[in-house]
Amino acid sequence: MSTELEMPAELAAVAAGEAEAVARLRASLVDAAGADGLIDVAYRLVDSPVGPLLLAGTAVGLVRVAFAREGHDAVLQSLAVTVSPRILRAPARLDDAAREVEEYFAGRRRLFDLPLDLRLATGFRREVLAHLPEIGYGHTASYATVAALTSSPLAVRAVGTACARNPLPLVVPCHRVVRSDGSRGSYLGGTEAKALLLDLEAGAATCR
Amino acid sequence: MRPPFERLVEAHGAAVLRVCRALVGVQDADDVWQETFLAALRAYPSTDVLNGEAWLVTIARNKALDHHRKAGRLPLPASSQGAADGALPRGLPRGLPAGTPGGTASGGADGVAHSVEAGEDAARVWAAIGALPKKQREAVVYHHLAGLRHAEVAGLLGNSEAAARRASADGMKALREILQGTGLSDTPEGRGQ
Repeated sequence: MSTELEMPAELAAVAAGEAEAVARLRASLVDAAGADGLIDVAYRLVDSPVGPLLLAGTAVGLVRVAFAREGHDAVLQSLAVTVSPRILRAPARLDDAAREVEEYFAGRRRLFDLPLDLRLATGFRREVLAHLPEIGYGHTASYATVAALTSSPLAVRAVGTACARNPLPLVVPCHRVVRSDGSRGSYLGGTEAKALLLDLEAGAATCR
Repeated sequence: MRPPFERLVEAHGAAVLRVCRALVGVQDADDVWQETFLAALRAYPSTDVLNGEAWLVTIARNKALDHHRKAGRLPLPASSQGAADGALPRGLPRGLPAGTPGGTASGGADGVAHSVEAGEDAARVWAAIGALPKKQREAVVYHHLAGLRHAEVAGLLGNSEAAARRASADGMKALREILQGTGLSDTPEGRGQ
């Protein structure tokens, strides 16, 4: 923050090596907080072909995957409100998720096998998300087709909303839902990201 | 609205570490920092925090007091009580690295002098801070090292904003004299000579 600027020059020497010390302390804080069950939301960032991804998890499971364009800070702030403000960057807690995401982008994983915490999607949105894994890797389905699987088969628009607000993109494959005219439609990770994912899956699917 | 706790660590971790180092010394500061953030995290969901930094510094100050109590020490690093009246403190030279950084200070009540890791320049500053009268020292640390406003410092010290401002200014003046090696009856280590 602004403390660096305000610190009188003759005191500046005390800041030597501070960043390293804080990094070390932060790491052991994360360990201690984890051991005491004080981390309600753990997160980490992973690089991917669709840009940096935020992975966030609770004790239940993966709770949020976010693209950079959603604003990772905004997503974390929103998790602080909707889940808990006890949020720490604790990469090790998301090792499994990070590994599966990496395998997915390498074309070596077709199915995510992770515990999920779906608390951010309720009601009909949750029902829609539950059906999305039925669209297999490398395949697509229209919003209308997905709606037909639900308890409200005419709620095509609501399916669109559920996909647009999917808290777990990639892992819950809303990118496989496309328009009835065959065009790919929008995506919360951006249309380019959606194209990349569908091409990746199509390529990896035909390679086998 | 409460920000993610991670933001508090990022924004204030360094400032809180300075406070811990000033109050219990570089060696023990890590433990106190840890206790501070763990206690803060534990309290966090139920605590509405208007000013994250002032809140954390308050916790750190309490943890430092606990630390001194446990260690059977004075509430805050000593050498201050008798030195409050302008005369520069007797305790000063032991804090200065006399070629054996940190080594000479371990027996003293003044944790500020534990400065093995901080390097000689940092050790000089910590020692000088430790040599200040208690109120001046705290005012300097909270305002200049941690960046709290005088009003917030006053809240911690239990005095008025004006008094906190004065203590901070007097503290800085004394600190400059100590660091320049002037105004001392026994000049340490030929600094500035």
